[in-house]
Amino acid sequence: MELRVKVAKSFAPFNLQTDFTVTGAQVGIFGQSGSGKSTLVSLIAGLSKPDQGEILLDGECLFSSERGIDVPPQRRRVGIVFQQACLFPHLSVESNLLYGYRRLAPELRSIDFKALVSVLQLDPLLKRGVNKLSGGERQRVALGRAILANPRLLLMDEPLSALDDSLKFQIIHYLKSASEEFGIPYLFISHSLLEIRLMTEQVLSVAGGRVVRQATPEQLARERMGQSQVGYINVLHTEALRKLGGLHVYRWGTVELYVSAGDDTQSATFELSSRDIILFKRHPEAISARNLLKCTVVDTFPSGNKVGVELKCGSQTLIAEVVMEAADDLVIQAQNEVYAVIKASSFRRLG
Amino acid sequence: MLQLTAADYDAIRLSVKVALAATLLSLPLGFVFAYLMTFFKFRGKAILEVLVNLPLTLPPVVLGYLLLIALGKNGWLSPLLEPFGIRLIFTWKAAVLASAVVGFPLLVRSIRIGMESIDYQLIQASRTLGAGGLDTLCTVILPLSRHGIIAGSSLMFARSLGEFGATIIVAGNIPGVTQTIPLAIYEYAASPSGDAAALSLCVVAIAISVLVLFFHEYLGSKLARRD
Repeated sequence: MELRVKVAKSFAPFNLQTDFTVTGAQVGIFGQSGSGKSTLVSLIAGLSKPDQGEILLDGECLFSSERGIDVPPQRRRVGIVFQQACLFPHLSVESNLLYGYRRLAPELRSIDFKALVSVLQLDPLLKRGVNKLSGGERQRVALGRAILANPRLLLMDEPLSALDDSLKFQIIHYLKSASEEFGIPYLFISHSLLEIRLMTEQVLSVAGGRVVRQATPEQLARERMGQSQVGYINVLHTEALRKLGGLHVYRWGTVELYVSAGDDTQSATFELSSRDIILFKRHPEAISARNLLKCTVVDTFPSGNKVGVELKCGSQTLIAEVVMEAADDLVIQAQNEVYAVIKASSFRRLG
Repeated sequence: MLQLTAADYDAIRLSVKVALAATLLSLPLGFVFAYLMTFFKFRGKAILEVLVNLPLTLPPVVLGYLLLIALGKNGWLSPLLEPFGIRLIFTWKAAVLASAVVGFPLLVRSIRIGMESIDYQLIQASRTLGAGGLDTLCTVILPLSRHGIIAGSSLMFARSLGEFGATIIVAGNIPGVTQTIPLAIYEYAASPSGDAAALSLCVVAIAISVLVLFFHEYLGSKLARRD
């Protein structure tokens, strides 16, 4: 997918002005609320009209003020998954799913209904009315409906914001796997950098109606670490090993982690803030924290008034942060060995 | 006991016929009008709004008189009707027209309330799923406005049953031709021995109104159950 958006749109006091080109199948748009993300979505989908400029998708002009082109939304083949699922309340789940599909030219009906229903696990819901579905089910139906319309680009506009934390990460799995399975490129719009990192390969950062940065989600997360209230969020995919007293032991790569917030499921994903990692230059003899990991410093990077420290723990990477003075005192440099200390209660379960 | 004469039965039949015709005639027009007023911005919208709502505040007699002038022999609508040999004044069709004009704002208001409660993102969703404007109107807006349509239709039907002022001027009070229930009651009330007959028709009018309201409730709750 190649998307070029060079548009201006103003509705006082807000003024959106962008000029960017992105290529790739999984692109994120990151920004705080009011930054212009949703305006951008409606301009690309054709739901509102730019004052001037042009929008091109895979070389085809969707809008051009100069050439007088404005392809209506129903002919753009740009789908949207909204924050609220926006299912048609008067139709069954099945009719909702098929709404876009039935309006496609026969040669474009390439998404197999049964395969999609099975990927999104919608089989038991098909005959039900949409008003009795849970939030997660509704969002899965909305996703299925959008994918069945075989869009050239799928806009996911904060699709997780209305869901509980525990549901978010289940739905992320569906959003990602279904889009990949059926080859639908997407723009994932969110104010959560963590969601962007889990969903996309590159990201546009939007602020004040402008695209202020185009980078990989990882780069952006590291740059924002210093100013973010939660620091850098490490995402750890782990396998459950055993229970030890009140703690759960998980395998993370070659390392064992002691975690308070564990349960009996086989695999689990945890988040860990860079702020919850304390670095020691030498082995601390006795500490209350349950996790003491011997790491090698791979790299350091400045972020605001902090220093980010990229650590190698066995085969895994961990980002910790220290203030500049601490970095100097500990002589944190690439190739040095340090000990990372993490409390068992610092791991927060995702999903 | 109800004592109804043949003329009374005519009046009842005519009332239902006029109310039904006025409602059915206004429904498509009212739906399109409500759609335009809810989803579009255009010049002169405020003026149009005032014009359509005017019958709500204007005395029906004034409306009837204006209709009489417009539809009369040298009225400004006569060039449209005369070539086709259409004569409306003092026919039951004039009663339909009078009821339609008086009830129209009630119909539009109810449908608009229904349309305004539709989440606009549903309409946007249907557009991005490949439905054009007309397709969206028929498959999303129309079914989701049905509560408003039902409420508006019952309201308009009931209002048409009671229409008096405009009807008597533009259609007259001709038994068997243009005399509806209210007009018949008016005539009975004016005669010294008409009390019993007037009361009988009052009971009929109340019965029909109650039936309409029950029907409205029934449809409403049926739809609510389905939702």
